[in-house]
Amino acid sequence: MDLTWMAWTWQTASFFAAIALMIAGMAVWEWARPGGAPRHGVLGLDTTRGDRLFVSLLSSAYIHLGWLALMTGPLWWATLISFVFAIAVFRWV
Amino acid sequence: MNKTWNNKAWFMVLPVLLLVAFNAVIPLMTVVNYSVQETFGNNLFFFEGVKWFREVLHSDRFHDSLLRQFFFTGTILAIEIPLGVIIALAMPRQGFWVPVCLVLMALPLLVPWNVVGAMWNIFALPDIGLMGYSINALGIDFNFTRQPASAWFTVIIMDVWHWTSLVVLLAYAGLRSIPDAYYQAARIDSASRWAVFRYIQLPKMKRVLTIAVLLRFMDSFMIYTEPFVLTGGGPGNTTTILSIDLVKAALGEFNLGIAAAMSIIYFLMTLLVCWVFYSAMMRGEDE
Repeated sequence: MDLTWMAWTWQTASFFAAIALMIAGMAVWEWARPGGAPRHGVLGLDTTRGDRLFVSLLSSAYIHLGWLALMTGPLWWATLISFVFAIAVFRWV
Repeated sequence: MNKTWNNKAWFMVLPVLLLVAFNAVIPLMTVVNYSVQETFGNNLFFFEGVKWFREVLHSDRFHDSLLRQFFFTGTILAIEIPLGVIIALAMPRQGFWVPVCLVLMALPLLVPWNVVGAMWNIFALPDIGLMGYSINALGIDFNFTRQPASAWFTVIIMDVWHWTSLVVLLAYAGLRSIPDAYYQAARIDSASRWAVFRYIQLPKMKRVLTIAVLLRFMDSFMIYTEPFVLTGGGPGNTTTILSIDLVKAALGEFNLGIAAAMSIIYFLMTLLVCWVFYSAMMRGEDE
């Protein structure tokens, strides 16, 4: 199978692999410690663990874009902020 | 009691997974790959990191088309939603005229998008089009191929013509689901027309109107064919909304990297809006 048209780079491949790992990790987590049932969070929404992962990923995309638009420092800072934000989302949303 | 767990049903999901993989996931992955690279064709790519994202986020051209996009979406929502509700309220609730009105309302929805664009293009021409000619005959200088204001007016009125019906049909369905008992109770309390609307009809239409706003927002945010056929983004760049700008970058200038970065930002915006509306709807359901 010729995949040259998809123009893979190791950077993007690891990005998607990380997301796939996260989803797999969620499955393992749910299997090891069930608790994914919806819960009422600070946003007033009922969210499951999957919802929280989605919110974390979406907000991390916006945090990175915001960093690129407004800041000049290395992008890793945005990744760090996203990580802290994701923990907060999983804890309180 | 021992429950038998049978997870074989998951295999039934496989076809959907495959379909989504081919028509969404794989193309999206490709776009992500393109967005971090530069190409000169012939499948030769050079890694550029986040350069295109930074460029798009700082480009006036992108800001301008985004602003135009929000202006377009905001304007058509501000017109179509109230207008749709008003028409739905005015429609008969029973009798011979119900199907007639419904069919008339559904007609614009059946017209293909490019035909709508072509129709309005001819309709609005100042020399031979009925609308363009009539407006000029009233003494107003109207030429949508030359004047930005005329072009915007035509694009917006075209969208209103095409899509208000959808809001009407949704709002009408919402109205029909209100039991007569509510109206009887309102009559006993001698409620005013406004009170009936405010406290009975509007709350009952809340759900369908949320769906209407969501559908119209998404559709107008992604609209391409109609304005492209009508104005082609012109005169100049004045009606170049996001989708038209994106196609110009991707296919006109063959700037795959920039176009891919734009697409991803565009995609993230629609994703966020979808999530917000979805959450709002789910919340409404809980209440």
